[in-house]
Parts: sequence; C-alpha cells; structure tokens
Amino acid sequence: MPAYTRTLLTVICEAALEKKLLADLEALGASGWTLSDARGRGSRGVRSAGWDTDGNIRLEVICARDLAERLAEHLQDHYYTNYAMVCYLAEVEVLRPEKF
Amino acid sequence: MGLDPVVLFFVFGLFAGLVKSELKLPPALYETLSIILLLAIGLHGGVELAEQASLQLLGQSGLVLGLGVLLPLVAFTLLRGLRFDRVNAAAVAAHYGSVSAGTFAVVVAFLLAKGIAFESYMPLFVAILEIPAILVGILLAKGISRDTHWKELGREIFLGKSIMLLLGGLVIGAIAGKEAIKPLEPLYTSMFKPVLAFFLLEMGLIASGQLASLKRYGFKLALFALLMPLLGALIGALLARAMGLSLGGTAMLATLAASASYIAVPAAMRLAVPEANPSLSLTASLGITFPFNILVGIPLYLALAETLIAWGL
Repeated sequence: MPAYTRTLLTVICEAALEKKLLADLEALGASGWTLSDARGRGSRGVRSAGWDTDGNIRLEVICARDLAERLAEHLQDHYYTNYAMVCYLAEVEVLRPEKF
Repeated sequence: MGLDPVVLFFVFGLFAGLVKSELKLPPALYETLSIILLLAIGLHGGVELAEQASLQLLGQSGLVLGLGVLLPLVAFTLLRGLRFDRVNAAAVAAHYGSVSAGTFAVVVAFLLAKGIAFESYMPLFVAILEIPAILVGILLAKGISRDTHWKELGREIFLGKSIMLLLGGLVIGAIAGKEAIKPLEPLYTSMFKPVLAFFLLEMGLIASGQLASLKRYGFKLALFALLMPLLGALIGALLARAMGLSLGGTAMLATLAASASYIAVPAAMRLAVPEANPSLSLTASLGITFPFNILVGIPLYLALAETLIAWGL
C-alpha cells in the first residue's frame, strides 16, 4: 500500500476564536479542516467548557509541510499572547495525496 | 411572603455547585431554555407593542440608549477609583453597562406574580441596552484604534443571540397580533415559570463555579460587583421616573440598569479587547451580581421604585 507523507497541524484554543481562525485558514490557503469541541487543562487553568466563554475547540488541518508552518507562524504571531492556545505539528501518512 | 420557588431553584443550583455535587445539566438544555424564555418575552411584548406604538416610545428609546452609554462610564470611573488597570476596568465596565436577559426574565416573573403591571415594550429596552456598552467599553480600553475590526464586531454585537431572539419575538408578535398568537400564549403564561425554574437551576450551578474563582480577585472586585448594581438601579429608577414609566416599569428599568451581561459582552470583549482578563468580568457579573440581583436586588429595586413614587418623583 503506497503512503504519502503530509503534515497534521492541530490547534487547541478558545472557542471564541473559531470564526477568526476559519477565516485565517481560508485566507492562507488551507483547503480543508476538522473541528471538534474540547475540554482540558493547561497553563491558563482548567478550561471546562461549562460555559459559552469557557469553551474550547480542537482544529485539525492536514496539508503540505510549508503551509502547516505558515499557519503555525501566523497563529503564534496573532494569538499566542492573549489567548489560550496550543498548536503542534506531526508527520502523518495519507493514502490520497491529491486531497491534501 | 415566602421565597418564590424559582428563586429557590437558583439557591438549589448554587448549593449543588458549591458542595461540588455531580449534578450537571447538559449545555444544550441551558441554551434551549434561554431561547424559549427570550422568545416568549419578545412575543408577548410584540403583541402589546403593536397596540400602543407611539412617538413617545421613540423618545424613550433614545433615553434608554443614553443610559446604555452612561452606565459603563460610571462603572469605569468606579473601577479606576478601586485601582483596576485601564483595560480590565474598561472590559468589566462594558459588562455592567449592558444587561442580563436572565435577570430580566426573573423580574418579569416577579412582577407578574405580584400582579404589578409594567410597560409591555420593556423587551425593546433590553435589546437597546445590550449594544452601546460594548462600544463604550472598547473605546475606553483602546481609544479609536485601527486594529479594531468594526465590521466583524458589529456583526457580533447587532446579530448576537439574545438581541436576535428578543427582536425576532417582538416582530413576530407585532405582525401576528393578539388573536393569532393565542395558541402560543402558554409560552408566556403557564410555561414561563417552569422554564424559568430550570433555567435558574442551571444559572445557580454556573454562578457557583464563578464564585469559586472569587478568592483570586478578592475584596475589591466583590465590592464593585455589589456597589455597581445599587448605583445602576438608582440611576435607572431615576431615569424611569423622568420618563414617566409606571411602578412596574420603574422597578424593571432599575433592575435592567443593575444587571450585568454574561453572554453577549464576554464574547464581544474577548475578540475586541483580548488583553483583558475574561474571568475577572465573569466572576463579577455571574458570580456576584447575578445572584445578588436575584436574591436581594429585585425586591429592593421594587421598594426603591415605590419610595421614589411616594416622594412624588
């Protein structure tokens, strides 16, 4: 089975940022993503998602390495100082490279 | 008079939260309940509004808009006096200039239970009061700065959940008229209190969670969160007297001015003024001011309205 390497960018952040992030992804040229709700704990305390403003999202994008790096850099520049946000990159193998 | 059972539901929620009980309502339920409450209030207001729309109402709406600008300025001054930094003072002030639709639902139920009449177009004032404080708050925090995305923010503010629901209800009620709306009337009559009771149970649980973080911010924040509603109520009641509102209307506008937002404003401020600490505002408005208004404030504001009227104001 042939497999192709792509980069998975995962972003976990405040739900308040959802609309902004999706607009950024669109503008920077990501063609697809997956969004889900999340709960957890980090340097900004427990984020229990018990209340609207306390909600968190987990955003996953599979794309080429250079786009993933551009996205990560953009997030770091714009949101890291003031928002609860974590993002990380990982190599993943995909079966249909033309999709990503 | 015993405590109203809906208030007891709130106390129950607070208690269950404080003892860290397993009790939790699904988030979707809270959302559903608040949608029903806001639509019911809007629909009922709309029906009555259609029958008594007047030019006078337009003038009153202008004054209420002015109240929405004044309240955050008062709150900001008070917070700066308590030595909060400018950005956080501005963000908290925006919450206190705006209103809590949940508190409004409680005062509606309170006055209905007491048989005190109030102006039916009050829901319109709730919608009007939501908006200006957010703008004033942003201006206080940043001045007129270029990196504020006004268009995006405008959508967030004017098309926010509670404004849409209230205005949507008002318009549907006004178009449909009294006869046609009859089948929906239980929303406002027999269903209103049960829904409000469950809503307040959830609010109690949420408020108790916010209360826990009060330790971190201490005495000054608690002081503000108790002083500001009293000051706001006084300003609101005086304005209501100047506008010539009824006893019920005066108590209601006082309650609105005393209440602090915890839905629309936090979302808007998080995007517009990200430097501000969001849990500072939420602890104050949800953890202290909301319970205070529900448990103590509303009867107090009615007494205030009665006193002002007795003085001939």
